[in-house]
Amino acid sequence: MDLILEGIQKAFSLLFTLDPEVLGITWLSLAVSGAATLISLFIGISIGTAVALVEFPGKRIVISLINTGMGLPPVVVGLFVSIFLWRNGPFGFLEILYTPTAIIIAQAIIATPIVMGITLAAIQHLPKNLRLQILALGATRLQMVWLLMKEARLPLLAAVMAGFGGVISEVGASIMVGGNIKGYTRVLTTATVMETGKGNFDVAIALGIILLLLAFMVNALLTQIQQKQRPR
Amino acid sequence: MKKKNLLFITLCAVVLSLALTVSGINPCHAVGAQQKNVILATTTSTQDSGLLDILIPIFEKKTGYFVKTIAVGSGQAMAMGQKGEADVLLVHSQEAEKKFMAEGNGMNRRLVMHNDFIILGPPVDPATAKMSKSSMEAFKKIALSRSLFMSRGDNSGTHAKEKSIWKAAGINPEGQKWYQQTGLGMGQTLSVAAEKKAYTLADRGTYLALKKTLGLDILNEGDTLLLNVYSVIQVNPAKFPKLNTAGAKAFADFMVAKDTQKLIGKFGIEKFGSPLFFPDAGKKEEALGKK
Repeated sequence: MDLILEGIQKAFSLLFTLDPEVLGITWLSLAVSGAATLISLFIGISIGTAVALVEFPGKRIVISLINTGMGLPPVVVGLFVSIFLWRNGPFGFLEILYTPTAIIIAQAIIATPIVMGITLAAIQHLPKNLRLQILALGATRLQMVWLLMKEARLPLLAAVMAGFGGVISEVGASIMVGGNIKGYTRVLTTATVMETGKGNFDVAIALGIILLLLAFMVNALLTQIQQKQRPR
Repeated sequence: MKKKNLLFITLCAVVLSLALTVSGINPCHAVGAQQKNVILATTTSTQDSGLLDILIPIFEKKTGYFVKTIAVGSGQAMAMGQKGEADVLLVHSQEAEKKFMAEGNGMNRRLVMHNDFIILGPPVDPATAKMSKSSMEAFKKIALSRSLFMSRGDNSGTHAKEKSIWKAAGINPEGQKWYQQTGLGMGQTLSVAAEKKAYTLADRGTYLALKKTLGLDILNEGDTLLLNVYSVIQVNPAKFPKLNTAGAKAFADFMVAKDTQKLIGKFGIEKFGSPLFFPDAGKKEEALGKK
């Protein structure tokens, strides 16, 4: 119990003294996971909507694959991204292993199926007649897709939160492709693992609390937007 | 509605600018990346003890290289070297290092420092390991009393050392009920051993760093078998043209340089009252442990 109190104390002292290392780590976590979520939104929402709206043979198998991808284990993603990015791997010439870019790539791969799966379900859940109605009112196909997305914005924002929540809390892939390099690729989760290994439990708890606060603030902001726009 | 849109757009802009900042971080390191970045594969103990946090900034300032420290077990570090995925290694697994060198994977292996391994266990000591005169005897007693023993089980330098002690004691613990493998780093394995009141082998540095939370006692220490020797190895560029050979050499030279060795010898005195590592540059391997 003392340990937890010490941890909370440490968290606030680190935050209020604006410890540059902790601030840097926090900022990097936010930036990396934010970027990864953004990439996953572009890919996930467009493909998710397309799969939801277009009929094609094998659609069920594709949907099953996407839904399976929602549970993609981060360590497996980390392993494969590492293998591809190794110096002597197929994309070794890029020289991006052990950089923040590598973490963004891995996290985007983890978040994309989550966003895609939720988008798919959200668009499919809309009443079928809505599409006909929109088209009958003279909208182009692109306008129809846009209107459908707007209609589904509640679950779509949930997709953003799920995607972001999935990657900001992820540690396996980040440590494998980022390497937990001090001041460069060390994010909140990998720092927490390392401090635990070092026996600095107070710092580890502090980092954990900062991570929770960060996740809470981002989600509170998104929820604010989501609930404001709720159709009455 | 307009206001809401504005909020949404602001949010998008914030995230986008975040993305740009991050991608903006990279180019400064990517410029002449092949020359600048040095990948150091090392053991967790050098990082967890805090030694590298002190040495690497000095090296970077002196030479302008950017060191990417990847802290894994010695076994994995050497595997990275074998595949040309690291430029320079700082490891502590003598047998495996010799094999690594014999296979032509490395060059210029040099001693850097040593400390020692210790056999730890619960204060009640059901195996009476504390009475033993050597590490071998202690291991024999643990095996004989079938007391729980926690092994790293991760091919790290510590795991390799532990296996060599079992071998010297003539015991094969593999598959025994009292012999469990955590597959974790040293710090976590110590925590597991403490929770389960088990015996384990650890490097002194990690033990000292964690001592206050553990409740494990040192039951055996001091014989030559328990010596923990760290070496620096440059990965052989003959096999992998992409290696940063110059950077690797600079780092290896730095580790055995006089000033660095002095820093190593002083490290830990302030925090633990005694040094965590003893500098060894230029010494002969065979001479170590003979006082």
